[in-house]
Amino acid sequence: MAERFAPPSSPPGTLAAAWIVARKDLAIEFRTRTAFLAALVFALLGVTIFFFAWDSTAVAAADLAPGVLWVIFTFAGLLGLQRSFGSELGDRAVDGLLGAPIAREAIYLGKALANLVFVSGILVVTIPAVVLFYNLPLGREIAALAGIAGLAAIGLVAVGTLFSAMAVNTRMAELLLPMLSLPFFVPIVMAAAQSSARLMAGRPAAEAWPWLRILLAYDVVFVTACTLAFPYTLDE
Amino acid sequence: MIRSVSPARDPLLGVAVLAIAAVYVRALAFTPIEARQGAAQKIMYVHATSAFIALYVAFVLLAVCSLLYLWLKDEKLDRVAESAAEVGLVFTTVVLVTGPLWGKTIWGAWWTWDARLTATLFLWFLIVAYLLLRGAVEERGRRARYSAVLGILAAPLVPFIHLSVYLFRTLHPMPILLKPSAPSMPSEMVVTFVASFLAFALLFIALLRARYRIATLRDALADHEEAHG
Repeated sequence: MAERFAPPSSPPGTLAAAWIVARKDLAIEFRTRTAFLAALVFALLGVTIFFFAWDSTAVAAADLAPGVLWVIFTFAGLLGLQRSFGSELGDRAVDGLLGAPIAREAIYLGKALANLVFVSGILVVTIPAVVLFYNLPLGREIAALAGIAGLAAIGLVAVGTLFSAMAVNTRMAELLLPMLSLPFFVPIVMAAAQSSARLMAGRPAAEAWPWLRILLAYDVVFVTACTLAFPYTLDE
Repeated sequence: MIRSVSPARDPLLGVAVLAIAAVYVRALAFTPIEARQGAAQKIMYVHATSAFIALYVAFVLLAVCSLLYLWLKDEKLDRVAESAAEVGLVFTTVVLVTGPLWGKTIWGAWWTWDARLTATLFLWFLIVAYLLLRGAVEERGRRARYSAVLGILAAPLVPFIHLSVYLFRTLHPMPILLKPSAPSMPSEMVVTFVASFLAFALLFIALLRARYRIATLRDALADHEEAHG
């Protein structure tokens, strides 16, 4: 056990360091499983509760499902993001990270990577649950939907990881993270919901393309901006 | 050092208020009434000018000062950003209040999820989040860094929201004044509009100065208390 985490002779590069940070977070999550299971149950509960807020004679399931999916995804994602830097608070574990001979950007990328695995895990269960509960005739579109989900997840963790690092050091962390993040999730939710609605309605994939381009652009802009901004959220 | 400060009377603030009053006399009594919209169109002289100042002056000032702060670490920049956010919130609120009043009479709806309305609403949410964030961080240097990061990231977000909603059909009129061809307004209206813009810009500067002064005094007081227990 100790050998696996033994420091290498020279400091790792940014990506290697990021991978070490991500592996640390995932190991903690895998051994406790509390946050992931809680977020998962929350997502499934959300999907079922939405069902009862809806008059099935007035709105078709295929029209409602994309909205339900992406709204629930954002809220469940917030639960995971909260824990991302919250877990570093105890015993001032964050000092250990900051003292490590790795770039600040590597900490961000590692944290974001762990969060990406976290929210992807939620999506892997939530998407089939929505398809099942809302009786969606989803066949070959599932691959395209997975692509949309991947792009949406990247955008969400890019911004969310950064705000998690900030919110955790404030007086009202639990409230501030959604306040900061949700406006930033608007383009993601809109683009993901609109493009998956096209797919679920059996429209040609070309109709989803303008929305996918927005998602792609969003990911490029905010992954870059958040990686550059992250070092400023850490105390010197 | 704390200078003794009497409640500062900024003559600029008085000038700005008088200018706005004068502009409104002109707008109501000496500017023609729009043929199709009637008197309701007069709200434009508050609505469009405030929108312009909120988005292109206050919000840009917030983003630029935030960026410069992270680079130069000058507390003055942080105070300008803080002041621009708070005064910008006032102007954005004015836009969000006058917009529905105008919309109800012309479109028949208080609100519509049009690109500009949505972008303005989220600009408002962002500024509120920015001010809440400032209030939630105790330590001054950290507060300045955190809020600067948010101020910078908000700048690319607003165009993204605008673009996303733009893919839906839009109801808001296209730009009437700032467009490549000649403004499609009678010249009396253009004059009133530009005068109104200048008056509100004066008000913005006056309020910004007042708010900046408060921030400076607050920080000076904190320094003083720190130095003398």
